[in-house]
Amino acid sequence: METKLYTITVFSENTVGLLNQITIIFTRRAINIETLSVSPSAIQGIHKFTITVQTTKDVVEKVVKQIDKRVDILKSYYNTDEDLVYQEIALYKVATDKLLALGSIENWIRDHNTRILEMNETFVVFQKAGHYEETQRFFNELSESVGVLQFIRSGRVAISKSKVERLTDMLNNLKKYENA
Amino acid sequence: MKITGAKAIIESLINEGVDTIFGYPGGAIMPTFDALYDYDKKINHILTRHEQGATHAAQGYARVSGKVGVCLVTSGPAATNAVTGIADAMLDSTPMIVITGQVGAPLLGTDAFQEIDVVGISQPITKWAYQIRKAEDIPWAFARAFYIARSGRPGPVVLDIAKNAQIQEFEYEYTPCNFIRGYIPEPEIDQDLIQEAAALINSAKKPFALVGQGVVLGNAEVELKEFLEKADIPAAWTLLGASAIPTDFRLNKGFLGMHGNVSPNMKTNECDVLIAIGMRFDDRVTGDLNTYAKQAKIIHLDIDASEFNKNVKVDVPLLGNSKETLPALMAQIQPAKHTEWIDSFAEYDKQEYNKVILHEVYPEEGELTMGEVIHKVSEATQNKSVAVTDVGQNQMMAARYTNYTQTRSLITSGGLGTMGFGLPAAIGAKAGAPERTVVTYCGDGGFQMTIQELGTIMQENMGVKMVVLNNHFLGMVRQWQEMFFDERYSFTKMKNPDFVAIAKAYGIDGTEVSARENLDAAIADMLKDDKPYLLVVNVEMKGMVYPMIPAGTSVTNIILGE
Repeated sequence: METKLYTITVFSENTVGLLNQITIIFTRRAINIETLSVSPSAIQGIHKFTITVQTTKDVVEKVVKQIDKRVDILKSYYNTDEDLVYQEIALYKVATDKLLALGSIENWIRDHNTRILEMNETFVVFQKAGHYEETQRFFNELSESVGVLQFIRSGRVAISKSKVERLTDMLNNLKKYENA
Repeated sequence: MKITGAKAIIESLINEGVDTIFGYPGGAIMPTFDALYDYDKKINHILTRHEQGATHAAQGYARVSGKVGVCLVTSGPAATNAVTGIADAMLDSTPMIVITGQVGAPLLGTDAFQEIDVVGISQPITKWAYQIRKAEDIPWAFARAFYIARSGRPGPVVLDIAKNAQIQEFEYEYTPCNFIRGYIPEPEIDQDLIQEAAALINSAKKPFALVGQGVVLGNAEVELKEFLEKADIPAAWTLLGASAIPTDFRLNKGFLGMHGNVSPNMKTNECDVLIAIGMRFDDRVTGDLNTYAKQAKIIHLDIDASEFNKNVKVDVPLLGNSKETLPALMAQIQPAKHTEWIDSFAEYDKQEYNKVILHEVYPEEGELTMGEVIHKVSEATQNKSVAVTDVGQNQMMAARYTNYTQTRSLITSGGLGTMGFGLPAAIGAKAGAPERTVVTYCGDGGFQMTIQELGTIMQENMGVKMVVLNNHFLGMVRQWQEMFFDERYSFTKMKNPDFVAIAKAYGIDGTEVSARENLDAAIADMLKDDKPYLLVVNVEMKGMVYPMIPAGTSVTNIILGE
């Protein structure tokens, strides 16, 4: 079966040990988590996990249902890239002297739409947001020309293009059960 | 009024209707055991001889009664000893709460004496696991734990309680839990899907129902029977669905799976509509999925959405409690007759009777067989006993040859297949159903895995009837060695102690039987009163459980014997 990059979105209560409950479901099936990002969501007290995995549709469906089943998980679903607006952010630390030796960095700033976050006599830190391929391309260019002292890329964050807001619908739906 | 956390734990249990718990004291749970000392009129605490025994006893109690089984043990090694029972309860959807003591909150994470990450260990094998670090959390966590354990698809919950939380005093107030955001134990029924399923059933010529434990957990035995009768649907049961329908029910076509009956396995691949009710298509039931019921439309009734399409692709998933979905479905189906289809099972039944059952259950010569012992014990209890099994040949034989007249009559470790389950689970079953005759069937291997629980039986004087089917082998492993490993009996032969003498040392009566002519009298002696009794039956050494579908092969690939 064809594998693909799937983005799994999980909304959960903000309790201790939730991350472990989620990750053991992947561990059982020996699925490698490509990226992971966790943060409070727009709704107070609800956390959002964004997880990317390379797997088959059949497996991702089962995994999402098993995550969704956990008591403190509010909602879990998966998407492919077409359904999402998604982004990653990367930081690059390079040596100032090597950078200055290049003469100009204007093209980089323009072509990669990158920002400089910090600059001193020893190092410069660039920031670039984009898809994986974009942040990787900038990394490759920096590596080949001046070398990269440190590099870090965040996990993916994503927002669905769907017109249906699943979490809001779900929370509204829950009220029915709460008052039953 | 302010009370200690320890007292709050006991009060919470009482608030949830608990009157029996199984446990074992130790350092980090001592404040709670101290509080328990004042509650001997309200809570019957049964002291097992090992924490694993406490968990299996709680499971047996829960399975026979439908109530939540409760265990109370200390931290560290007690918690790890409990892990097997917790995992067993998870796989078999048994409502259970395991309370573990924990080192004081300031010591957490320091590798303190008997400290272990209980929540971390138990997360993959529990429905919910939570650490209580302060007394104020006790009522909330207990209310939530009971709600989670017994609602929806039941399962085990672990509450790990730091010692300081047991000692602290606080204002105790208990509010039961009946709602958790994000957790919908009994979802609404989808009427459109009910219509779809009903249409399939109404047009079926050869419908066939598979009955799992979901029917028992939903208390839907009556609804099931009415449903099957209305549309004249033959049904077969999984290991955990055993006794959901009585053995002599006209539409009961027997036991599914690896050591099940021939006709239901064969007919799985002949039916046109397969209706799976509260079962999860375990590999021991389906064999090779690529050849499983490919010709049939499949309707799956389950309370757990993650079971749909997990193993078998389903045409119509019906989410909900079988207590609700079965009547909803029944309202939409037409009365039908499927006489020819139902009669067609008989040919396979006859074949199995002649090739397997006749020799196993009614042998006239040779050594005693497991099947005849179980059949005779079942009959001697008017088929009303609760059969609690260990794991292996004894288990398959008990499932096959016990006659079921009422529900919750087979208690067995199905999913985890835990050897050592039988004896402690029987103790719990007897505590949960003191009016019923509880018989445990163990092999000589499994009996010795938790044999220390004879001490519990002695101390509590529990009338558990123990039948050890002794073949001096780890029988099921030996069977596989014979069939698939060139008869290389690698470490399956057992030199056994004098079991009756061991029982005697515990003050338990017993006898050993090797000859057929002595069997009836020995069974009668065992059942003459409500005292504990050990019956050791020396059965044929190389008995085989047939029929057998070798693992991973098609359900129609049935071996009936040499």
